[in-house]
Amino acid sequence: MQEVDDIKPCYPLFRNDEYKDVLKRKKEDYEEGHETSKVDEAFQWSTTAEYQELNFKREALTVNPAKACQPLGAVLCALGFEKTMPYVHGSQGCVAYFRTYFNRHFREPVSCVSDSMTEDAAVFGGQKNMFDGLANAKAIYKPTMIAVSTTCMAEVIGDDLNAFINNAKKEGHLEQEYPVPFAHTPSFVGSHTTGWDNMFEGIARYFTLNAMEGKVVGSSQKVNFVPGFETYLGNYRVIKRMMGEMGVDATLLSDPTEVLDTPSDGKFRMYEGGTTIDEVKTAPNAITTVLLQPMQLEKTKKFVENTWKHDVPKLNIPMGLDWTDEFLMKISEVTGKPIPASLELERGRLVDMMGDSHTWLHGKKFALYGDPDFTLGLTKFLMECGAEPTHILSNNGSKKWAKAIDKLLASSPYGIHGKAYPGCDLWHMRSLVFTDKPDFLIGNSYAKYIQRDTLHKGKEFEVPVIRLGFPIFDRHHLHRMTTLGYEGAMYMLTTLVNAVMERLDEETRGMGTTDYNHDLVR
Amino acid sequence: MALRQCAIYGKGGIGKSTTTQNLVAALAEMGKKVMIVGCDPKADSTRLILHSKAQTSVMALAAEAGSVEDLELEDVLSVGYGGVKCVESGGPEPGVGCAGRGVITAINFLEEEGAYDEDLDFVFYDVLGDVVCGGFAMPIRENKAQEIYIVCSGEMMAMYAANNIAKGIVKYANSGGVRLAGLICNSRNTDREDELIIALAERLGTQMIHFVPRDNAVQHAEIRRMTVIEYDPTHKQADEYRTLARKVFENKKFVIPTPIEMEELESLLMEFGIMEQEDESIVGKTASELAA
Repeated sequence: MQEVDDIKPCYPLFRNDEYKDVLKRKKEDYEEGHETSKVDEAFQWSTTAEYQELNFKREALTVNPAKACQPLGAVLCALGFEKTMPYVHGSQGCVAYFRTYFNRHFREPVSCVSDSMTEDAAVFGGQKNMFDGLANAKAIYKPTMIAVSTTCMAEVIGDDLNAFINNAKKEGHLEQEYPVPFAHTPSFVGSHTTGWDNMFEGIARYFTLNAMEGKVVGSSQKVNFVPGFETYLGNYRVIKRMMGEMGVDATLLSDPTEVLDTPSDGKFRMYEGGTTIDEVKTAPNAITTVLLQPMQLEKTKKFVENTWKHDVPKLNIPMGLDWTDEFLMKISEVTGKPIPASLELERGRLVDMMGDSHTWLHGKKFALYGDPDFTLGLTKFLMECGAEPTHILSNNGSKKWAKAIDKLLASSPYGIHGKAYPGCDLWHMRSLVFTDKPDFLIGNSYAKYIQRDTLHKGKEFEVPVIRLGFPIFDRHHLHRMTTLGYEGAMYMLTTLVNAVMERLDEETRGMGTTDYNHDLVR
Repeated sequence: MALRQCAIYGKGGIGKSTTTQNLVAALAEMGKKVMIVGCDPKADSTRLILHSKAQTSVMALAAEAGSVEDLELEDVLSVGYGGVKCVESGGPEPGVGCAGRGVITAINFLEEEGAYDEDLDFVFYDVLGDVVCGGFAMPIRENKAQEIYIVCSGEMMAMYAANNIAKGIVKYANSGGVRLAGLICNSRNTDREDELIIALAERLGTQMIHFVPRDNAVQHAEIRRMTVIEYDPTHKQADEYRTLARKVFENKKFVIPTPIEMEELESLLMEFGIMEQEDESIVGKTASELAA
């Protein structure tokens, strides 16, 4: 048992004989489980091609989804605006989930309120909750903007945000001019990336739709950047840095880098940094608007093109070498500013690194999953490094995404073993890595369960995980890293190649068996 | 006797509430202990029993009190003619919120508060128009109403609705004990109405339990917010409801319905001259095209 002077966490405590005995008795006397042999038989069967075929016939069930819901994205979008309180109209449990999800990833407090709809609100509609909620949120937390999104409950009963917010103002719960942009974000449609897109469009609409008079495209000489659902804080920073070096006056439309990375100096910051309302209001005056995750920003694109009249450049996510080149060249083209020597130097360093690591990454097979634009960019970069993407899965990827992946795979000899799996979940991925083993699996923290399962079948079946994506709950500070631009490519390259080395070291550590390759220099 | 729970469905405006309350009044007259649960946000299922405009509903009281947990049974339960207990679930104004959820909340509340006590002989659920969502199927979910009566008439849309409701019942009948107990024909004085409803009932595998003729006495009573049974107990229309009540009381024919396809229903209607033979050659043609 636990000793006061030597407190141990569950591991290794439960490895004591005493606990082993307790757990064994619990299993035998109360759990009524199947025989170990039967469990193992089922496990082995679940790793076969036969099972995979059945698994891919699944229609009505998702097992271990690799996506989250719309309001989660809406909350992240809202956090990127100055002194803005994300407000979710609906049940409070949902909002507790959004907050903890971000807490665990960013290791920061995340402010977000709910108007706690209960049973009578479900029957009569949530207008009353909204009246009190908006007034309370403003009085207690003193934001300068409240950005409203919705949970499923409010959506199923058809609550009308526009009417509710206008009524709240009419009845004096809020001043008429107090900004309350909103977006309907039903969780049963789309994913967190859709929610981000919807919330951004709602904010852009609120501040600019009826204020387009006098706006002239290009008059501010700025360039807008819309990040989309982005959880690598370094990605916001690298865009600002690169644009700074180019002398381009850049506006990040949604920038949560400060509020999600506050210092421990004794002061709590409910709000910090972020895009200002003025920046949103004058955004239509920019030369153009660049979408950093274009596949996930369809609604935003329509709004920017139709209302702001911006000619949105056709670009891919600026990930890896090629697509960062294209990105910078496009920015240079639309602004007329040359790409500075500093970025050319940075590019050269990346190319040098890719050359240095090429021999280790060449031909290595990677399965990967994540959001549509992320998986596109990563697939592209893997092939640039000579690695072979195999199973490319996106739970919130559409058929359009799958086509884009197919086209990308066809553009390189390294794409020959790749296949896109739109709308598939991690239980599908589990089957794929059992029947067609890659060298590594790239994904978020949830990938560790797949690694555990593959190891259980045998060391030779183990697929080690490389953590790139969202959420990452079980490693620290990775959310501060960068995956976009040359800098991001350097981070990803370092991560990938060192994972290869780690694995090789692990396999060649056998004294007198495999250590002939346990090399000091790699 | 054991408690029998019955749900009354039927097309909107067909006379469900009037028929239910007259039927319930007749059962009460027979000495039966009955409760009516109105499952309609309009809350007009109990006015003839209570002589009131609209009973204050469970959901209205819950909204006032803050939550359903703050309510007591006596707050929501009113007793009217013949000791009939009345409850209205209530719900939102048209266009907001979720009326179906209101029905679910109200019925759960009644169960938790023990409204279904052992003295009761019958509970009648008077459910709004069509079963538009799961909330309005609440009365026929597991362990609630076992018998369903559909009020209809010899009009085409009423029969469409009856057939659709039968489809809904099949879903729940296969997984639970709910059964179709019969069609109640509330006459609109259409031609050969009784024959038509008997024929429809046969196709659905059930019976026309009673043919309630049309009579102005019903309206005269309604103006006074009363059932015919109470307003003019000697009137022949009161006897019709008494007959209906007796038939319901003695009813043993509970079936899983066999709803029919649209084509079969249409041919039945054509057979009785309610619907014209369809002329396929004119479908989708504008007036000018037909003239040409």
